[in-house]
Amino acid sequence: MTSEHPCQCAQVSEEELYPRLEEMIEQHKGKPTELIMALHKAQNLFGYLPKKAQEIISERLNVPISTVCGVISFYSFFSTVPKGRHSIKVCLGTACYVRGGQQTLEKVEKELNTKVGGTTDDRRFSVDVVRCIGACGLAPAMLVDNDVYGRVKSTKIMEILNKYE
Amino acid sequence: MNIVRNHILISIDAGTLMAGARAVEDALIKELTKYGLDKEVSVLETGSLGITGRGVVLVVYPEGIYYADVTIKDVPELVEEHLLKGRPLKRLILTEAPKRTIITKEKTGLLKEQPRIVLKNCGFINPENIDEYIAAGGYEAIAKALQTMTPEDVVNEVKESGLLGRGGAGFPTGLKWEFAIKTPGDEKFVICNADEGEPGTFKDRLILEGDPHKLLEGMLIAGYAIRATTGFVYIRGEYSLSIERIEKAISDARSYGLLGKNILESNFSFDIFVKKGAGAYVCGEETALIESLEGKRGHPRNKPPFPINAGLWGKPTLVNNVETLANVPEIIRNGAAWYKGYGTEKCSGTKVYTILGHVATPGLIETEMGTTLKDIIFEYGGGIREGKAFKGALIGGAAGAFIGPEMLDVKMDFINLREYAAALGSGAILVMNEDTDMVDMLKSVLHFFKHESCGHCAPCRLGTAKLVDIIDEIAALKGKKEDLERMVEITQAMKNASFCPLGQSVSLPVSSALKYFRDEFMARVS
Repeated sequence: MTSEHPCQCAQVSEEELYPRLEEMIEQHKGKPTELIMALHKAQNLFGYLPKKAQEIISERLNVPISTVCGVISFYSFFSTVPKGRHSIKVCLGTACYVRGGQQTLEKVEKELNTKVGGTTDDRRFSVDVVRCIGACGLAPAMLVDNDVYGRVKSTKIMEILNKYE
Repeated sequence: MNIVRNHILISIDAGTLMAGARAVEDALIKELTKYGLDKEVSVLETGSLGITGRGVVLVVYPEGIYYADVTIKDVPELVEEHLLKGRPLKRLILTEAPKRTIITKEKTGLLKEQPRIVLKNCGFINPENIDEYIAAGGYEAIAKALQTMTPEDVVNEVKESGLLGRGGAGFPTGLKWEFAIKTPGDEKFVICNADEGEPGTFKDRLILEGDPHKLLEGMLIAGYAIRATTGFVYIRGEYSLSIERIEKAISDARSYGLLGKNILESNFSFDIFVKKGAGAYVCGEETALIESLEGKRGHPRNKPPFPINAGLWGKPTLVNNVETLANVPEIIRNGAAWYKGYGTEKCSGTKVYTILGHVATPGLIETEMGTTLKDIIFEYGGGIREGKAFKGALIGGAAGAFIGPEMLDVKMDFINLREYAAALGSGAILVMNEDTDMVDMLKSVLHFFKHESCGHCAPCRLGTAKLVDIIDEIAALKGKKEDLERMVEITQAMKNASFCPLGQSVSLPVSSALKYFRDEFMARVS
């Protein structure tokens, strides 16, 4: 399995990561159809898609920068602003909604003192909403990085979040 | 020779991993080794056992006893009691399990033995081991097709089986394949649509996690039938375990010569690649999916031309859902006549459902087409939690229909539900108890559509926004009676004028909610 650590910027400066990006997208060079795969890799590396990374991808894959921006803004997976070290995604799909997903979200927002789409001041967490992560049997569900938490109770939220530094 | 007397199959899926399945697995092996039982009892990983929300789930064979909510602390007792002394540990036994594991011999309390076609191997084999799939009869169907059938024979067999596409629309699969084979072209593609985004649906995920080789075999057969050379699995970016397993399956199949050039020494060459989605519901629509595969924004295309004529990079492209393709190997292996023995006259085979919401045992089931909703909810789902009353259900995900108690006896299949202005869709059944606020439910559905409308066409972009405004007003007790009619009008316009099925399908939840629960809406408006 490839390393899916969502953000390595805490240990290494952004500048130092660019040579790695060049290496990672080498196989996609001159292949506009592989734009999304290249963006996935870049986002995994930086935790978001900085402008410079977008420019490099645009040039190497031979895709106009306008198209790169268009694709990034279309897919909810991609972000152009720095995110927290850990991403929290609260599911509000119908199954989670009916089982209290909204209350989960409110509790997370309150505890972290941030809103949906926002990042905590210490850049520890980013909070987002997703519509169904396919864990409906465990509703209400929440994703922290790649870990799925099901049957999330308001009282258990801090216990979960405390696991992430 | 080493004789294994017990097999422990531990379910490894997103849900059980979260509950610590790997730790339990390690503890089991350690504990068995302690008693010197590690040669006699083998611990194997398998895909989902179809039980969710019950922690770590495992099954001990040959007894076929299911245990749920197993923690590391329970392991010593479990090993000592069941595997050393041969006394099943009663306190952890999952009593409702036999109803779901329909192929096993223990059929206590079953209506009748239900067939498993798609999920046949899920929970019985190790999905990461190609040998186990082959031992279970895997890749026999592609061998049969390559050695004894022409591509036309394969298409005819699928057509004859009456298989309808399981992605939601229920289009006859054989007919689609026939169009594909008739379209001229030097290069054709097969795409497996694994962009499962319909809220309340995770059947494809469990197939991908539980039996990835079956999907590959289905794609191989489709490729042979339409004379394609390359296949793509377009899979949700969120499904990390599915991606991992399907990638392993592809690399194993390649090393066995089941993918690549001259498969099984025939003239047929075919390879499969995985492409990750990036979070856009509209990409479940086949032309939007193709755009996304080409690395672009996932806007749907004009139809016609249909993908079958001009799809990926303008070449003829066949797009089928995961569950559809997973049916194919069994059809080819056992024949169309066998397949038609299941289900109803117009709609053959089985359907995989996800039952969720306020049911006692949410999860995944496979049952014949034509099973009533009542049986699905009360027999398989174990009825309503906490003894509450059934109020309604949302069938087929967000783009599905709400139904009331009067619909419980309707036989569930693609054709029959159309007559009731409902749709089987993806097979998600969200059950709601008497306490559910239907206005709030519809609000959640409409917010979903607003969020996921891709913005390409005006009717959908503006319509979903307007619908959200109206339902928010109604929910806040500020709505008027006319608003209800207005919602229906908007959805009708969207149905007629939207570019793709996303906008067109919003009318279904709105009109059905107003049909079955009108009183509740009327009580909120002035």
